Order: sequence, then structure tokens, then C-alpha cells
Amino acid sequence: MSIIKITNVSKSYATVKALKDITLSVERGELFGLIGPDGAGKTTLMRILTTLLLPDKGSAQVCELDVVNYYRKVRNILGYMPGQFSLYQDLSVEENLKFFAGVFGTTIEENYHLIEDVYKMLEPFKNRPAGKLSGGMKQKLALSCALIHKPEVLILDEPTTGVDAVSRKEFWGLLRKLKAEGITILVSTAYMDEASLCDRVALIQKGEILGVNKPEQFAKEYPYRLFSIEHPDVTLKLNEVRGFNSCKGAYLFGGVLHFSSINNNETPEGIINQLNGIGISNPIVKSIDAGIEDCFIQMMES
Amino acid sequence: MLILANAATQEMKNINLAVVDFDNSKTSRELINAFGNSPFYTIIPVKQSVNSAMDKVHNSQADAILVIEDDFEEKIVKSEKVDLQLLVNAINGTAASLINGYTSSIVTGYSAKIGIQNVEQFKPAIATKVRHWYNPELNYKLYMVPGILVILVTVVGMFLTALNIVREKELGTIEQINVTPIKRYQFILGKLIPFWIIALFELAFGLLIARLVFNLTIAGSIPLLFGFASIYLLVALSGGLILSTTADNQQQVMFMSYFFMILFILMSGLFTSTESMPQWAQLFNKINPLYYFMDVNRMVILKGSNFADIKVQFVFISILALLTLTWAVLRYRKTSN
Repeated sequence: MSIIKITNVSKSYATVKALKDITLSVERGELFGLIGPDGAGKTTLMRILTTLLLPDKGSAQVCELDVVNYYRKVRNILGYMPGQFSLYQDLSVEENLKFFAGVFGTTIEENYHLIEDVYKMLEPFKNRPAGKLSGGMKQKLALSCALIHKPEVLILDEPTTGVDAVSRKEFWGLLRKLKAEGITILVSTAYMDEASLCDRVALIQKGEILGVNKPEQFAKEYPYRLFSIEHPDVTLKLNEVRGFNSCKGAYLFGGVLHFSSINNNETPEGIINQLNGIGISNPIVKSIDAGIEDCFIQMMES
Repeated sequence: MLILANAATQEMKNINLAVVDFDNSKTSRELINAFGNSPFYTIIPVKQSVNSAMDKVHNSQADAILVIEDDFEEKIVKSEKVDLQLLVNAINGTAASLINGYTSSIVTGYSAKIGIQNVEQFKPAIATKVRHWYNPELNYKLYMVPGILVILVTVVGMFLTALNIVREKELGTIEQINVTPIKRYQFILGKLIPFWIIALFELAFGLLIARLVFNLTIAGSIPLLFGFASIYLLVALSGGLILSTTADNQQQVMFMSYFFMILFILMSGLFTSTESMPQWAQLFNKINPLYYFMDVNRMVILKGSNFADIKVQFVFISILALLTLTWAVLRYRKTSN
């Protein structure tokens, strides 16, 4: 049963079309990732789901409740964590939690088991004003506040943006635990590496869904042969590499060039030969499996 | 309040009077002394020419010129009609008419003293003896203090509420509140009540200062005053909240609040009598909450009016309170388009 169902939703701001005819569904108990660059429409979609924004066209349901008509009920079953830290900075950690528990008509004790893991990490700072917490701690507090009323669906808008690598890892660990509690989680991120931590991901770009799949399935369905090329000069000759006959695309990932080939019989040796031809000697060329980022780029192109 | 009540006085304390005495007699000097003895006047010495006195007015050393003709004493002795000429710098119209009034009364007093009644220009046809009710010493501060109190309570209350929701918008905390099932009226009341209490405390504190510093006793009933104030504050604070839900950032809301505050304050009758305003302005004041509170505050504090005297204002302010409060609740939306 789909717990979140989005049907043909469109939304425009003054001149920009933020969402174009989006259809998407999330199953109960899933950890669903919404992956896309900044400005893709992730936040707009989430704001529609959280009843903060009205769609121009189409409809969306959470737990079979329409987000426009039954917004009040939807607000009770949703937990939302906006991308921007939006708790009261001058209230302490504990006061923030108590406040949000109160607003939802519950107490910290009632759902303590849900936030226990997160709250244990926050406990040493419970009297500190929320504004004085570190980035990672702020995110954890925001997560606690979004969980305090035991929501069925948790919607997280770029929760790990601007958070250090260790805290990010911890945060994803917490999400997996929450999923084990049976909470459906919709999370957006601009970090491709986080996609593999989701059960399913949707790639979104310029207000359109490019594809929905399991992260590993995306890689399996990558239609081209992929090679990595390592050489100090390869960045300078990017245009020549892209001019190769078999080249579908060539993109830099750090210092490494990912080269996708439309020739199914392409071998590393063949590419080395071509590279020698444009003056690059002794490059390291390997055949590799596609990552989610490769898939994303490929889908953007087509 | 301490500063404003003293600064915003309309009493003329330092009138620089240039006297051109062509007569230079004993009588004329007595008249000049009468001015010199008054706390309101400072006599500016000038040469015996109107032109040199005019120069003093031009460079702002003198506010008015009193010209005494050379046959002043002679005419008084002969009990003839005597003319005095008073030239007043009328850039500030209010000040000019005050100078005129003060000078007349001094000349009249003087002429009464020397037992002549025919100082023509200032001669009162019918002697009026004025008794000032409610403010017997015509102490301007007693008139200003209740008015300034109104302004202070309004400014603090309205600005605090106006900035409040906008600040939540800027910080983003409003997002988190909007996804909660909290109802609109709950939210607005939650925003209103704390500032309402603060403003009422401020009023109490202001009245205390007025009592201690300006010796202003409240002639009317204090519960009545606070009863009206509490309804009035609903209007002022809801106004602030309406602006706050309309604006996107703090600068915007500050400009909007200033605009409405200045408009309402100047129309409210803080400095000028509302009865002498044109018809449209008086109509406008029907929806000006400050006008009602200004009026009621002065009536209750100075005049000791009871509920029956101010029930019209009560009705109007209650209607305004109901309208603005409803508007504020409706204006605030948790979902945007």
C-alpha cells in the first residue's frame, strides 16, 4: 500500500516551473530518497506534502488523506524537518522538545522510546540554547522535535547539508533505526553517495522525475560500458576525449574521468590507444561499474 | 515619557522681546519692567529704531518687538487713547499667538495697575475672569503626559507584535509551527497575550511615573482606565500582527508600522485638537484607535469621567477590536499558494 501518493502534481512560481506533472508513490515502511541538484524541486514537493504549499494542479495523499482537504489530519501524522534549521534558537534543547511535544498534545515521556537514541546524544547539552549547538547537534534536535509526536511519515528536507561526514553517517544510522520502528521516511539530499543508503530513490531534475528505482538497480540498468581514466593531463584534453567516436559522455569525478562508451566491445586497451593518439601517454584505464551519479548524469543527458 | 512631557510643552518660556521705546519716560519704563519681571520674557536691548529691532528678529535674536510711541506717557497722563505696536515673528503660528496672548495680558494687567482703562488696543470690552477646570494651572504637562503614555504603550505593543511573526518568518521557525496541528486562532492568541500583558504593565508603570514625577493624580477610576486600555491594546496588537503576517521581512514591517503609527498619532489629537480638524479627518478618526484611547485616557485621568461618559468610545473600540482580531486570525495562513 502506498503511504504517500503524488499524482500529476504541478507547481509554478512567478516565472519558474518548479514541478512539472510529478507522479510518485512511496510504500509504507520505506526509506525513500529524493535525489537531485539544488533547485530541482525537492523542497517544493516536500512543502506540498507537508501542507505548507498548495499545488497548482494534481493531488497528493498521505495515508490516503488528501493534503489539501485534510491538511489538519495530515499535519498530525507527519513529521517535517525543513532544510533550514527552524527551531527556537533562544530556547534550550529541552524547552524546544517540550514545546513541540506540547503543541502536538503529547509529552516527551510518551514517545521517549522513539527519540531515545538521538536524545541520548543531546542529553549533555539539554540546557544549552538551540542556537548555540553545532550543526550536527542542531540536526539531531530537529529530528527529535519532528519525531516527538510519533509521526507515521517523516519528511526530511536535506537533513545532512552542511553537516560533517561523521555526523552525516550517524544521522543515516538513526534513520535506519527509525525505519526499523516502522516509520516511513522521505528524505531529500543533494549528496549522491547517500542515495545508496535508501531503499529506493527518485532522481529529480528541473521539476521532473528522471527515474525511480532501487539504488543498485539503477547501476545495473546503466546502458553503456563505463571506464575510469586517470592521468594528470586528461582534464586539459577533455574536449578531444569527448570527440572520440565511441564516446557517449566523459565527466570528471574528482581527479578521475568517467568515460562511457556506446561501443559494447570497447576495451581499456582501445581507449589507451586513442588517448595515445591525442598525446596522453601511460594513462590508467579501468573498466568500472556505474554508480548512481553516473546514472544521474546519463539520465540528465537523455 | 520623562523627556517627551518636558520637551513637548507648548508653554513659551523664553520670549525674547525687543522693546523700542521712543517715549523713554517713567511710565514706559514701568511697562517694560512689567515684562522684565515676567518669567516668560527676556528683554533684548535695541537701539531706538524699529529697523534695528527688525534686524534682531531677522537673525532670530528676538521673537517679538514692542513699539512704544513717543507720546505714550503724555497720552496716559491726559487719559487719552494709547496705542502700542506689537510685531511678532509668526513663523511658528502657535508660538506667535501665545506671545500675543501673554503680551496682552501683561499690558492689561499693567494698565489696570496704573488705573487707566484706555490702553485702547488691549482694552477688554467685557472683563472675563477665566477659571480653568480639570487643569487649573494650565500645566501643559498634565495634558501631554496621558497622551504620551498612549503613544508609548502603542509603540511598544505594536512594534513588538509587528516584528514578532516576521522574525519567525526570517528565522524559518514559522515553517515548523505551520506543520503542527495548532489552530490559527491559538497561534494568534499565543502571539498576542504576552505582549498584551507587557503593554498593560507598561501603562501601569507609566501612570506610576506620572504620579511620582509629574504629580498627576488619576481623577477617574483606575479599573475603568485599564478596562478600556485592555480593549484598545487588542486593536493595537492585532494591527501589529496584521502587518506582521503581511510583511516578508523586518525592514518592511518597520516601514509599514512607522507609516501607520505616524498617521494615527498625528491624527489622534496628541498635539492638536481633533475638533478643529477638517470633516474628513474627523471621519478618519472614527477608525483611529489612538484617537479613542487618547480621548478616554485624558477624560478619565484628568476629568474623572465615569463609564457613562465614555461608553461611546467603548462601543467603537470594541467593534474595532473585534474587527482587527478577526482580520489578524484570517490574515495569518499556514498554507501558501
